[in-house]
Amino acid sequence: MLPGEILFGFIGLVVVITAVGMVISRNAIYSALFLVSNFTTVALLYLILGAPFIAVVQISVYAGSIMVLFLFVIMLLGAERLAAKEKLQGQRLLAVILGVVFLVELGLFGVWKAGYMTTPVPPAAATAGAPEAVGMALFTQYALPFEVTGFILLVATVGAILLTRGDKPASKDLITAVSEKEG
Amino acid sequence: MPLGYYLALSAVMFVIGIVGVLVRRNALIVFMSLELMFNAANLLFVTFAAYYGTIIGQISVFFVMTVAAAEVAVGLALMVAIFRTKHSIDVDQMSSLKG
Repeated sequence: MLPGEILFGFIGLVVVITAVGMVISRNAIYSALFLVSNFTTVALLYLILGAPFIAVVQISVYAGSIMVLFLFVIMLLGAERLAAKEKLQGQRLLAVILGVVFLVELGLFGVWKAGYMTTPVPPAAATAGAPEAVGMALFTQYALPFEVTGFILLVATVGAILLTRGDKPASKDLITAVSEKEG
Repeated sequence: MPLGYYLALSAVMFVIGIVGVLVRRNALIVFMSLELMFNAANLLFVTFAAYYGTIIGQISVFFVMTVAAAEVAVGLALMVAIFRTKHSIDVDQMSSLKG
């Protein structure tokens, strides 16, 4: 066994265990923490694959802000524990069986393309995924999609505020106050 | 490191995400399983970016992350709104449209 394969095996084991733990843990906060460790471990894989910028973004955006938002909502709603009652009998078993069938299908595809699967991923060049290269591509070739994502974030912010604001008459008061001030 | 290792890991992560969506009734956990599937797809993007020696895959991951962040913001806001009216985020309870 090469040291690289041992490292990959360890990381892969941690990724799978944290993913399964996220799905099966009863407490939603534990699920969120499992998912944080999953994201952090996948960031290590990104580092191995020569994508340091993406790895740092993964940790700061996914494991940082998105999961903090999740934990915030879990604690806000007090939804850590829900009743474990199953309404549809046998649905859980069926879901697991279908998942395994899908995994077997993917595995068969891998066997079918075995020659393709065993080609090694070349070791990453030192500057391949550096922030300079990513930034250069983002602001030249992909400038328009970059602007569009900015607009998407703006729309999401407005939408989130609108959805959580509630139907209080506060907005009417604000409008009348402004019109009175102007008039 | 053979390409198949990364693809296998990504496939396993994706399937765990699918099973999580199908099995869990807590809408927040369903949402987290979705994030896990996003993560599996991102891993594929980065793997093939390294495999073909191009940066386009990493740019795609950047865009996927941005859109996922927007989606999480809107989705969690929706969940807060649903919890306000129904006092539950159990997906089995959201059956008001059923005749």
